[in-house]
Amino acid sequence: MAAVLTAGDLRKGTKLEIDGEPYLVVDFEFSKPGKGQALYRCRLRNMITGAQFDRTYRSGDKFNAADLEEQGMQYLYNDGAVYHLMNTSTYEQIEMPADQVGDAANFLIENLNVSVLLFQGRPIGITLPNFVELKIIKSDPGIKGDTASGATKPATVQTGYVIQVPLFVEEGEVVRIDTRTGQYVERVKS
Amino acid sequence: MSEREILAAKKRFLELRARALQLIRAFFDGEGFLEVQTPVLTGAPAPEPHIRAIGAGGGYLLSTSPELYMKRLLAAGFDKIYQICPAFRAGERGRLHHPEFTILEWYRLGADYKTLQADCQRLVRGVCEAAGRDVLPRRGGRALDAHGEWGRLTVREAFKKFAGRDPGAYPSQDGFDTDLVEKIEPHLGFPSPCILEDYPAGQAALARLKPGDPGTAERFELYWAGIELANGFSELTDPAEQRARFEAAIEQMQAAEGLDHKMPEAFLESLEYLAPCAGIAFGVDRFVMLLAGTDDIDSVTAFPPEMA
Repeated sequence: MAAVLTAGDLRKGTKLEIDGEPYLVVDFEFSKPGKGQALYRCRLRNMITGAQFDRTYRSGDKFNAADLEEQGMQYLYNDGAVYHLMNTSTYEQIEMPADQVGDAANFLIENLNVSVLLFQGRPIGITLPNFVELKIIKSDPGIKGDTASGATKPATVQTGYVIQVPLFVEEGEVVRIDTRTGQYVERVKS
Repeated sequence: MSEREILAAKKRFLELRARALQLIRAFFDGEGFLEVQTPVLTGAPAPEPHIRAIGAGGGYLLSTSPELYMKRLLAAGFDKIYQICPAFRAGERGRLHHPEFTILEWYRLGADYKTLQADCQRLVRGVCEAAGRDVLPRRGGRALDAHGEWGRLTVREAFKKFAGRDPGAYPSQDGFDTDLVEKIEPHLGFPSPCILEDYPAGQAALARLKPGDPGTAERFELYWAGIELANGFSELTDPAEQRARFEAAIEQMQAAEGLDHKMPEAFLESLEYLAPCAGIAFGVDRFVMLLAGTDDIDSVTAFPPEMA
């Protein structure tokens, strides 16, 4: 059972449940006119859809904290529409629809350890490690003589995601990618 | 930033705060007011539906305002008194609220809320001028000027103008407060301070009703740059009426939250001897914040609650 919150518990970063969905307080202002009652003005973001709206709460308002949990999981495989992951402590397997996986799919390779955010036991988001190492499966050779520093070329990694890499990186090599920016970091010597 | 860096960065605002406190004291001393000190540990603060005291142990509560003590002094014949002291209110934390804040209160025997409005004008203009902060930094795109003509609106005029409703037409405190905060306050006090006066009788727990107009309380609020700076009124001096209002507030708190609030009996007793008078509470932290041109009172408080 999720904890019951009162308006006084609201802060930037509070996560609460509204109409069965999890919301994050992204902006918060406490107001209290003269001898009047306290108003807790919030900008809320739906943690599933990203939609935002403003709502003002008053002293005495009560609501449930969003029942959220992070679990360590290992990515197993996908069949296009559904991603399969396994809880690394219970070995229980879960399914996650592709639209909930979102851009994380660009960096998911078999056996990658990730953190999955669950709302009422239902997966709603994946947090990747900051860096992943992926193999280049397709990239044209760099043109000889073109040594201008900073020159890059497109390369497709094993997940199908396309990144820009320096000209010296070749097909079959492994590169490190920053999952927060989606960009090439360095070549990994194998 | 480390604590040392945070405090060092606040130094010039803390110097401004010290200067403002000196000037406030000089103003009241110069006007012949007596500075007094009343207890921070109190047995029975004024019961007000939306103000919660913080327990201090030993059967005491921390003072939510020195108001009742100040009036007990007036009832004993002290005719012009002021105090600068900490006040404590549970659950108040925001850009303009700390659970512990600094309050300035002053009281005059034989005066009404209009006299206090004139005091406000002399005080604010005097401090701004002496502190060399005559025209304040721009807020909301507009420079602030203590010396321009001050605005004046009745609560009824303000609600009609900015909320399109009569303040008496709200079925609940909810709607009144929400419109006040969201539709009215942001317009008040540009570029010079504004007096919002004559509140509906239900919006003033300790104020006198206007003679000949029992629907209106002789209460006003001072706004500057959309920020509430002070709340003053002609004091209610009728012990029976005051007891009835306190009883209603205590009942409301009991019903809503199961709170047991003590009746401030010593204060009610003193009302038997209290001549007509007026008093006001003025937010020192917010005033210094405006002088500093900053956006929150954390900036002018050495140790905000989370650093306490």
